[in-house]
Amino acid sequence: MADTEKIIEIEVLRYRPEQDKEPVWQSYKVPFTDDMSVLQGVQYIKDYLDETVSFRWSCRMAICGSCGMMIDDKPKLSCKTFLRDYYPGKLRVEALKHLPIERDLIVDATDFITKLESIKPYIIPKEERTLAQGEYLQTPEQRDMYEQFSSCINCMLCYAACPQYGLNPKFTGPGILALMHRYNADSRDGGQAERNELGYADEGYWGCTAVGYCSEVCPKGVDPANAINQNKMNSAINYFTRFVTPGGADK
Amino acid sequence: MKRSNEPIFWSLFGAGGMLAALVGPALVFITGIAVPFGLVFKPETMSYAHMLALSQNWAGKIFILAVIALFLWHAAHRIHILLHDFGVHAVTAVRVLCYGGAFAGTVIAAYTLLMIKA
Repeated sequence: MADTEKIIEIEVLRYRPEQDKEPVWQSYKVPFTDDMSVLQGVQYIKDYLDETVSFRWSCRMAICGSCGMMIDDKPKLSCKTFLRDYYPGKLRVEALKHLPIERDLIVDATDFITKLESIKPYIIPKEERTLAQGEYLQTPEQRDMYEQFSSCINCMLCYAACPQYGLNPKFTGPGILALMHRYNADSRDGGQAERNELGYADEGYWGCTAVGYCSEVCPKGVDPANAINQNKMNSAINYFTRFVTPGGADK
Repeated sequence: MKRSNEPIFWSLFGAGGMLAALVGPALVFITGIAVPFGLVFKPETMSYAHMLALSQNWAGKIFILAVIALFLWHAAHRIHILLHDFGVHAVTAVRVLCYGGAFAGTVIAAYTLLMIKA
């Protein structure tokens, strides 16, 4: 190996419910090379220094959304963050903020999953078509209306970033509202009315105060703040026009 | 799920923000710099007689009311949200102070403008 071995200090916030009353920091010295991600650093700890450290990971290439953690207090995918950027200083890794810690770097995602299911994150066809009628066609322009919002990998970094979700966990939150927009904005979908009952509530779009940190931390370039803002406009128009639009009052 | 009433406040906030962005800097320049220093405009542009004439005209009344009221609603919403973000959670008190202030300002401005007879 051309690199001379460098050692970096990684502090991990440990929480083992059977022995820790509250989370505690534990420090490890990890030898690393310039091509090693923070995830690889944590894997080194588990493989060679302390097998009790728990964390989630799968793909190692920012596709699966499992390895999100707070790295020096910023929500990041640990597979997409490199140890060299913290050297010669140390770095601190801890479980994603705003979500209950299950164990060490693992958070309990129940709230996120429940909310995700509640928005019907699938296409509800505008018109039922039989197989014989063929596929649902869409132009590239129609696809552009939602495509960036479909890149979400459910990594929950935006939930750790969102101060509103931190203050009030009833708020649906950035990622799921962006996904809601992804389906509502799809020309093949007809489920807007069903989804917007939540969207138009305080727990929906209106829980957002346009801080915008969600869009900054998203590793996939999704812009939840933009999705929410577009829908605030839609929701406001609907609020004022519902009584003069035919069938609008029950939406 | 209960429909939020936030669109009312958000629309006033949005309208105020739009107006502030469009005419705010121009107003600061005209009333704060250009007129007092006699740049572009003559110093008597904002004389009592001129301002009275503006507020006697219906278009003038509407402009003055829009600038005062919508700026206030914009500020009220922004301060309310900012306090929330900074962790001040006395929601009702903050709301009453912010939106109540904007409402009072709107009523006072509208009443005063209506009282200015031609």
